[in-house]
This record gives sequence, structure tokens and C-alpha cells, in this order.
Amino acid sequence: MERKASEMGLNRTGIKTSPVESAREIEGAEKRGATSLGDASAIARVRQEFAREVGNLGSVPPPTPKGMVKAAVDLLKGGRATVFIDKLGQRAGFERTGVRLYEAALSKLDVFGTWEGGPSRVELEKIRLDELAHFALVVRTIEQLGGDATALTPAAELQANLSEGVPRMLVDPHVNLLQSLEGLLTAELVDNASWELLIELAQELGHTKIAEQFQRALDAEQEHLALVRGWISTGTMLEARVGEEAAGAPV
Amino acid sequence: MGLDLLKEKGVPLDRQKFTWKDLTRRMISKLDDDAFTRVRVILMNGIESESVRFSHACARMNLDLREPLALIRRVEHFQQTLVNWLNPGNQSPLETTLGYEQTAIEVTASVALHEPDPYLAQTYRFGMLEDFDHLYRYSALYDRLTGKDPNSIVQSYTDIIPARPTVLEHRHPLDDVRRPYASRTADPLSKLNALTIVSAENQVHTYYMNIGPQFTDPVARMLYAEIAAIEEQHVTQYEALCDPSETWLEKWLLHEANEVYNYYSCLQSETNPVLKEVWQRFVDYELGHLHYVKELFQRVEGRDAAEVLPKALPEPIGFHEHRQFVRKVLRDEEGLSARGTEFVPRGEEAERTLLYREQLNADGSPSDIASAGYIWRPGTELSVEARREGVVSEGRIQ
Repeated sequence: MERKASEMGLNRTGIKTSPVESAREIEGAEKRGATSLGDASAIARVRQEFAREVGNLGSVPPPTPKGMVKAAVDLLKGGRATVFIDKLGQRAGFERTGVRLYEAALSKLDVFGTWEGGPSRVELEKIRLDELAHFALVVRTIEQLGGDATALTPAAELQANLSEGVPRMLVDPHVNLLQSLEGLLTAELVDNASWELLIELAQELGHTKIAEQFQRALDAEQEHLALVRGWISTGTMLEARVGEEAAGAPV
Repeated sequence: MGLDLLKEKGVPLDRQKFTWKDLTRRMISKLDDDAFTRVRVILMNGIESESVRFSHACARMNLDLREPLALIRRVEHFQQTLVNWLNPGNQSPLETTLGYEQTAIEVTASVALHEPDPYLAQTYRFGMLEDFDHLYRYSALYDRLTGKDPNSIVQSYTDIIPARPTVLEHRHPLDDVRRPYASRTADPLSKLNALTIVSAENQVHTYYMNIGPQFTDPVARMLYAEIAAIEEQHVTQYEALCDPSETWLEKWLLHEANEVYNYYSCLQSETNPVLKEVWQRFVDYELGHLHYVKELFQRVEGRDAAEVLPKALPEPIGFHEHRQFVRKVLRDEEGLSARGTEFVPRGEEAERTLLYREQLNADGSPSDIASAGYIWRPGTELSVEARREGVVSEGRIQ
């Protein structure tokens, strides 16, 4: 199946597509001008007004006291522990979505195949399982702390909204494997930075053992990031080559 | 029930005012508000949407009513704006969809339980089971597309299980048209119930037709196309319940009464104080509309509004879980279908419905594809796989 990421074709979006009409359009806009005075800062003022007046996204649920050990109760007292639960909820959500992202990437692999230096099925499946294991690790940690691992915490909500475009792009049938790797890159960059922060936070709160386990997750995420960067690099270079050399370029 | 519909005058029309900020500044919290607060928001958007739809249709066919309709319709439009904008922007279209199906299930269950006419009650139970299945199909899609848990929206009030399978819900149009109540003899509650449910379903149909094409995932696009078709069937079914011999003004009066009833129901059960204030304000606005239309009805038709309206409002809609009732209906009535205006065992379906269904499902069933093997579990189906696989010391699955 032929579907290069950057085929030349009849793209009509630029102003230079239509020199005659665009000249008239520019003239019309200049001549008519605006009806209300000011600039884009009016929008900023409304945003500020609403930001001052509305509430936050939501709260972090309290720990479930049933079956909690005293140590866990102590750990979860005060504001700092709430931050930890909030961020753990964020990781749980992101890792779980990550599993679905790699499932989507596997579908692309089945349709478009790979290239020299591109991802293999075994590699993508392994990363999918890593994401699943990380999800399991975070769930276990939340439960050990007496939290509810199914709760949607504010940080998880924020992260999901922030990265909403990644799954949206990955499942788009118009998008080929090389293009969809850009979504995985976004996810892996965030994953790396987020695990780093989580380890720092666990250490700050005195959860040394948790920090050690999380470090191993970060090690795996660093490998994922290096792999994804490499696949994008080889795929893009291959596509950029011309003539005979382009044979076997990613589609 | 303290509200006398024929006496209460509410807020007069000329004192019903809005500003853009007033219309848009309130939002519910997806994380912290009760699921039934979202259900009320969704239902009331449907009720207002219906009032505007009806008003436009009426204006197109009644020269003399155009001006009074325009006056009230403008306020209804703004009421709909304020209510629909209570949905927060961080609630995705698919999450709102889960809320729509939960609303369809729980509100229809409440209506079915309180409906005095056995045929109408049967119709509501029939439709409810189908929407119940839609919640399950969309939940599977949500879980598998986003990796997120649909229970964060339904908050354990509503079961996420298959019901009458969507693949079997497709029927020939002539098997979706029902018998209407008789306006002269029907219980006033029956008239309000029919309006409430047709409003909710029409809103769902419109919403799916708008958001379905915004998805990139082909299964999501097909699933919305499939379920939108069932919602169209439901609108056909429920609007057929309303007596077509009611006059336009009689129907208008009923619409206004139903709006009072629905806002009043919301007011009785609301837990969010900001929304409680909204529902109270709109009970008062709707009483103003009702009073205005009542005067018009009595003047133009020379009839007493008491012939049409209940004196006191019926028991409020029950905004709470109906798990036991829904499970019982599923147990007893899953195997039903419809033939003409009557409900029949699936084995007695009309040939036209069998052919219609076979043709539509010829390239496969989106609802089956989306949910193949799906069983909802807390924390998504991946939590089961994660638990099964476990975590080893280096953070990898063994």
C-alpha cells in the first residue's frame, strides 16, 4: 500500500494558490477594517476574569480508611500526600492510555509495514506490555497507600485533556505508521519527564522503596523514548532520500 | 406538592433577562459533581431544545401565533444556552455521550415506573432497554479508544452491561410507530411523560448526528452512525405517543407545563447549590411562560386550561438509580420486538423488519465490533490484564 507522508499534490490551502482572488480578498479586508477598537488583549481580559471566578477541575479523593495500615494513614495526612496521590492518578491514567496508543500503532504496522531501522511488531508489543506493567505498578502503589486507583484525579484529567490529540491522531485511518510515531514521541517525552518528577516527589516524601521501583519504570521509558526517536529519524531520512535510494521508504 | 399550576404566575416575561456572561459562567465539575447533576443538565437541555423546535414548527403553521411564539422562544433559547453551557469543556463528546445514555436510562426508568397507562409504560420500558445497551457499547468504545473508565461518568449508579443488543434494535420504520394516548381521557401525567421522553431522545439524535463525524476512529464513526439510527427510531416511537388531535395551542400549553414540571423535579433533587439556583430561577421563568400561554389559550380557544393541565404537579421525576427495575425489565423483556404498533416476541417480527435489519448489518455491526468480548471492570478492562500479568521487580511484566 502506497501512502508516503509527504507526497506532492494539489494542496489548495496557501494564499499563493489563487493570486487574483487573494489580492481582492486582501484589499477587501484592509478597506473594511475592524468595527471594535483594541486588540487580542481583550480576549486575555475575559480569560483572566473567568479564571478568577470559576472553581478548579475537581478534588483528590480521600484515602479509603477500610483496611488501611496506620503507616498509610500517616503518609496520606496533609497536603503533600494529596499531591502524591494526584500525580499517581495521573500516571495510572497515562500509562493505561499508553497501552491503547501502542495497540493503535500495532494496527498501523499491520497495514503499512515497517522500514529498515523502523519498529518491529515484537518491539511495539514489548512496549505495550511495559506500559501495562507500569500501570499495574502505579495501581499497586496507590492501593498500598489506601487510595482508590480508579479515581480520576485532577492531574489525570489535566493530562488526558492535554494529550487528547495523540490517540485521536493515532486511530485516524489517514495517518501512516511513520506519522503516527509522532504521537508516540509526544507520549514518551511526557512519560519520561513525568516519571522523573514522580521519583523526585516520592523521595521528597520519604518513600524510598517506591522511588526505587519507579526508577526502574523510568529506565524502561528512557529506552522507549530512544527507540521511538530512532524509528522516526530513520523513517524520515529514508523518505527524504531521492531516486533509487527511496525504494523501501516508509509508507 | 405545593405548586398550583393554574394559580402561580412566576416571573413575568419582560423581567426574564440574560447577559452573555450570565449565560456562560457556570459549569459543573466532571470530577466532583454527582452524576445526577449531569443527568439533570442533559435532560433540561433536551427539554429546552424541544421547546424551541416545537415553537418553530408552530410558527411556520400559525400566522396569529408567530409574535407570542417569538417572544417566548427567545427566552427558551437563552435558557437552553445557559443549561447546555453548564457542561464543562473538559467533558469530551464521548463522555457527554455516556451521560446522555445514562440520562436516557434513568429518566425513562423513572417515567416508566410512574406512567399510569400500561401501553405507554410498556413503550418506555422497551426504549429504555435499548438505550441501556447503548451505554454498554459506548463504554466499550471509551475504554478501548481512550484507555479510560466509563464509570468515572456514571459513578456506579447505572450498570454497564449488554441489554437488547443494538444489532437487533434496527426495525422497519413502520414497526416504530406507536399508538397515541387520547387527549380527552389521558392522565395529564401521561402527556407530560411523553413530552419529556421525546424531548430527551430528540436531543440525543441531534447530538450524535453532530458529533459522530468528528471522530477519527472508523469504529467510533460507525458506532455513532448506528446508534443515531436507533435514536431516530426512538424519536419516531415516542412522538407517535402524543395525540395528534391536540390543537397547536393545547400542545404549546402542555410544553410549558412540562417545562415547569421538569425544572421543578430538578429543583427537588439537586445537590449543587449553584444549579439549585438555576433550577429555581427557571421554574419561575417557566411559570411566567405558562401563565402567558394559559391566557392566550383561554382567549383564543375559549377553553379552560384546567381541561388540559393537571392542577398540581405530579410526583417529581426520580433522579436516582433504578438498578433493580432495569435488571427486572432486562430479565423479562429483552426478547421483545415490535410489529406495527404492538410489542411482540422477537420470533414474531415482521418480514419487513427482518429484511431491513439484514440489509443494514450486511457489512457487519459496529456495536458488536466495538464491544466484542467486552466486560466492564473497575479501572477499565486493562486493569484485569495488568493484574493477571503482574509486575516484576524491574517494572516489567514477567
